[in-house]
Amino acid sequence: MSTLTWAMADTWIMAKRNLTVWLRVPAYLVFTVVQPTIFTLLFRYVFGGAIHSDVPGGYVNYLLPGIIGQTAAFASMATAISLAVEVQKGVVDRMRAMPMARSAFLGGRLLADLVRMTITILVIVGVGYGVGFRFHGGVGRAIAMVLLAIVLGAAVCCISATIGLWLKDEESTQAFGLIWMFPLTFVSSAFVETKTMPGWLQAFAVNQPITHVINAMRALALGRPLHDDLWLSAVWLGAIFAVFAPLAVRVYKRVS
Amino acid sequence: MSDAAVVLDGITKSFGNVEALRGIDLAVPRGSVLGVLGPNGAGKTTAVRILATLLKPSSGHAYVEGHDVVREAAAVRRQIGLTGQATALVDELTGRENLVMIGRLTHLPKPEAEARAQALLKQFDLDDAADRTAKTYSGGMRRRLDLAASLVGHPRVLFLDEPTTGLDPRSRLGMWDVIRGLVREGTTLLLTTQYLDEADELADNIVVIDRGKVIAEGTSDQLKDRVGGDVVGFSVESAAATAKAVDAIANVGDTAPTVAGLDVSVAVGARGSEALLEVVRRLDAAGVTVSGLGIRRPSLDDVFLALTGHVAEEAEVASA
Repeated sequence: MSTLTWAMADTWIMAKRNLTVWLRVPAYLVFTVVQPTIFTLLFRYVFGGAIHSDVPGGYVNYLLPGIIGQTAAFASMATAISLAVEVQKGVVDRMRAMPMARSAFLGGRLLADLVRMTITILVIVGVGYGVGFRFHGGVGRAIAMVLLAIVLGAAVCCISATIGLWLKDEESTQAFGLIWMFPLTFVSSAFVETKTMPGWLQAFAVNQPITHVINAMRALALGRPLHDDLWLSAVWLGAIFAVFAPLAVRVYKRVS
Repeated sequence: MSDAAVVLDGITKSFGNVEALRGIDLAVPRGSVLGVLGPNGAGKTTAVRILATLLKPSSGHAYVEGHDVVREAAAVRRQIGLTGQATALVDELTGRENLVMIGRLTHLPKPEAEARAQALLKQFDLDDAADRTAKTYSGGMRRRLDLAASLVGHPRVLFLDEPTTGLDPRSRLGMWDVIRGLVREGTTLLLTTQYLDEADELADNIVVIDRGKVIAEGTSDQLKDRVGGDVVGFSVESAAATAKAVDAIANVGDTAPTVAGLDVSVAVGARGSEALLEVVRRLDAAGVTVSGLGIRRPSLDDVFLALTGHVAEEAEVASA
């Protein structure tokens, strides 16, 4: 077999291992499925009534793409934490001292996390349908929205992976993750229109990548015009991959 | 050097301003066991990580089975097994699944990976627990599984970084048996430890590392000879009694008596029995009650003390 086929085989073995672990720990399942469901219900029924929305179908149609975007981003917390734990436990040392493909450890992690993320997103779409959300742009655009959310999740995974490998400690990775991920996802168009925020905050909210991606997702879900949001999303996500994917690999190679 | 499986040649490693290794030279003949002995923070783990291709040396060269660990890292990785201080297991997978996974990652076809896992589980006395998750294993079982994982790819050179640290005495003896078995099969072994009896028990040759430098090397006997002959040792009943005993025998030995806990020892060179009688007379005169009095060959503790001026355990506390 060629180097590339080995790399793919190794990546698949690592992905399967990660998914097996995920299925065997009930707490992981709860985090990936129950938590986003609760968020959906909270925003739909507790905060939703107080939030005005002129989107056809009401706030639930505004909300769902936002929740999905946030969930995709939050899912990468698990990536960061697992990596930090595996560095701590010496698993990374063992893997790096083996003749396996160097890319397979991170590749397998990313692949497994994307599968996990996809399942979570589909669960939320299902819960969303139960509480009144409807796609309005046809099947193609609905699928495009889900794919865009997964690409967003993959990009954020690269950032989280870098942080997890760099901090090498479960608690600090978790704490640090909250510090950057909460503002990034909440100070965006995910839950409320950015125009309701004070001017100084709008300056950030309107121009940050999560807002562009969620606006694009929302336009896809509701069959509305995409304006500049799709290409701006592509530029942002491309830039994140270009910077953080090599950075994560670099940190992995030098981790001690 | 051609019959050496592992060679370190002038290896240094700095982390910022901290010099972890300050010029290490050593060679491990093929099929032998080298014990690398030193307190915490001496640089043992850093040396192992360089040999296992996990760290690049700041200067110098290192070879495993003739392959340069920096320029031919991939070739080195095909020859080695590494068992670190932490047990690198996936807790949610069973013992068998852990080993099969490693086998698949070392590119064994699936049936062979399964057969290899089964053989190792049997060899390490884990077949009863093979299909339980690693999370349910005891400390000793985890160490054995971890060691088994490092052997899946039939490594010719095995690095064991403090393989028994944190184990209870019984599991420790169990690990020693397992390690002796590997040596019989002809694996070259480099073993780091801070336990002097472990190096004494398992290693053909010993190097003593302190603060990033090799301060002594040789067989256990050769190192003991460096202390210069016999040691008279005994235990007392209380801390107060140690002071009294040390005063009483102050100038019997070649050097001042040394104290570790309630154990007192004094190097007496070649004057074994004569010195022993003198010690008995003086302790009796001072009214100190002792137990376990006798002449013995120096332990590696004595060697470490003679070489570094501090005992290994004290150094460990100071650097922790």
